[in-house]
Amino acid sequence: MTKMSTTIAGVHFKNPIVMASGTFGFGREYGKLYDVSLLGGISGKGLTLHPKAGNPGTRVYETASGMLNSVGLENPGVAAFLEKECPYWETLDTARLVNLGGGTLEDYVLGAEMIQRDADLRSSLGKLAVDMIELNISCPNVKEGGIAFGIKTSEAQKVVQAVRNATKLPLAVKLSPGAENIVEMAQMCEEEGVDAVSLINTISGMKIDVRRRSNVFNNLYAGLSGPAIKPVALRMVHQVAQNISIPVIGMGGITTATDIIEFIMAGASVIQVGTYNFMNLRAGSQLVEELEQFMVQENIQSLDEIRGII
Amino acid sequence: MGMVLSNERLTDGVYHLKVETNSGGKMGQFYMLRAWDAYPILSRPLSIHEVNEDSIEFLYHVVGEGTEIFSRLTPGDSVELEGPFGTGFPLVEGKVALIGGGIGIAPLYYCAKQLPGSDIYLGFSREAYRTEAFRPLADELTVDVGGFILDRADFGQYDHVFVCGPHPMLKAAQLRGIAAQESGSKTKVYLSLENRMACGIGACLVCSVSCRDGQRKACADGPVFLSEEVIFHD
Repeated sequence: MTKMSTTIAGVHFKNPIVMASGTFGFGREYGKLYDVSLLGGISGKGLTLHPKAGNPGTRVYETASGMLNSVGLENPGVAAFLEKECPYWETLDTARLVNLGGGTLEDYVLGAEMIQRDADLRSSLGKLAVDMIELNISCPNVKEGGIAFGIKTSEAQKVVQAVRNATKLPLAVKLSPGAENIVEMAQMCEEEGVDAVSLINTISGMKIDVRRRSNVFNNLYAGLSGPAIKPVALRMVHQVAQNISIPVIGMGGITTATDIIEFIMAGASVIQVGTYNFMNLRAGSQLVEELEQFMVQENIQSLDEIRGII
Repeated sequence: MGMVLSNERLTDGVYHLKVETNSGGKMGQFYMLRAWDAYPILSRPLSIHEVNEDSIEFLYHVVGEGTEIFSRLTPGDSVELEGPFGTGFPLVEGKVALIGGGIGIAPLYYCAKQLPGSDIYLGFSREAYRTEAFRPLADELTVDVGGFILDRADFGQYDHVFVCGPHPMLKAAQLRGIAAQESGSKTKVYLSLENRMACGIGACLVCSVSCRDGQRKACADGPVFLSEEVIFHD
């Protein structure tokens, strides 16, 4: 019997496969293709306090072994999520991460407080919809907030501290590869009482349409994801895992069971799958199966045996 | 997974692909297709051209890396296809015009089959293709090469106008629908939009469309929208 499960801040992940924010909606669409409760967890579409229409113009462009996106945090806002999506999340038997992003410091705090209040209310009724907040200080596609907080540790600290004080829910902070010093950033999170860090968000990139002599994205730069960024992500996960003692949620370009094993060996507790969901709409259920097969083949009884061995 | 039954070249860069599957679909819906393993990263949305009991037909124009790979498919090859997805054209009653520009004629063939007695307008910039297949389905068939196909249709005389074509054509069709309504006709215009997509199922929001009631998803709420709902920014 293989053991794929792990626990982060009391939250049980039945396997290390978590679907990454922004690639999985709130799970409903993929739920029509396979049972999302097979997954270790899901991270919902990044929310902001108020609804956001996202960026105009081109939002996606393929690159060599990857893709650029500039969705710009289009989302229904925290209140609409709590009202319309949480009843569905209550029915899921998987770790549910609510991704809270973009905006001002006050917006982050108000958003976190709303999520906390909702969780308290549900809990008093014996219900649970959100297991963890994943704080996004690293969205590259919004002008205010977002990545502005993700670059400098001292700026990030203000948000992390304020949100930590605003919620008792398990809290992960999603880090940007654009951080001035990602290890220092992760250490700050640990010192502030954060339960886990997740990394990496997309890498800032660019595309120019040479015939039109113009930038493809209205925002000029966009976020690069997919297998192209995997080596960078793996290195950063390793560096961070070496220097903190809270769990690391690793991600960046994962498409196979062996990719997952690499991240676990680099020190990740669980991993997230993003762009691969677009390459294969059934990525989640297939990876769970593949990982189990791989562990049997390689005689890995528990992921704990190999976690952080590099 | 589906097996390619045929992949016929109709004219420069335009192909007619038939894939074995019994997944069916409604008019204006689409499938996400890929005929490769990992790269290009994204699958390609192709609208349903025709539905048969054991196959689906697509009409596509080679515009990039993905459709280039499609163009090299031969019978017996396999393609991955997921679908049908999206909200297509409504099954309407009354006098209907189907207006297609270029490869935008693709979804209208299945519409023509579902809505017999429609007037069909097919416009092409250089060379016409597939028009003879439409002929027996049309009450009246108008084909135009090199002109502006919308000029050939009087929107006001129809109850419903379905339009699929390049972006400028959709914008122009919206204006003609408004003009027809302002002159007292009850014409409803439906536009089939073509946006870049990643997931195709409504999760990633890269194909978002600005509508009067907020952002909508081209892949799930569309690709077909009631014309006056859409806000064109450019």
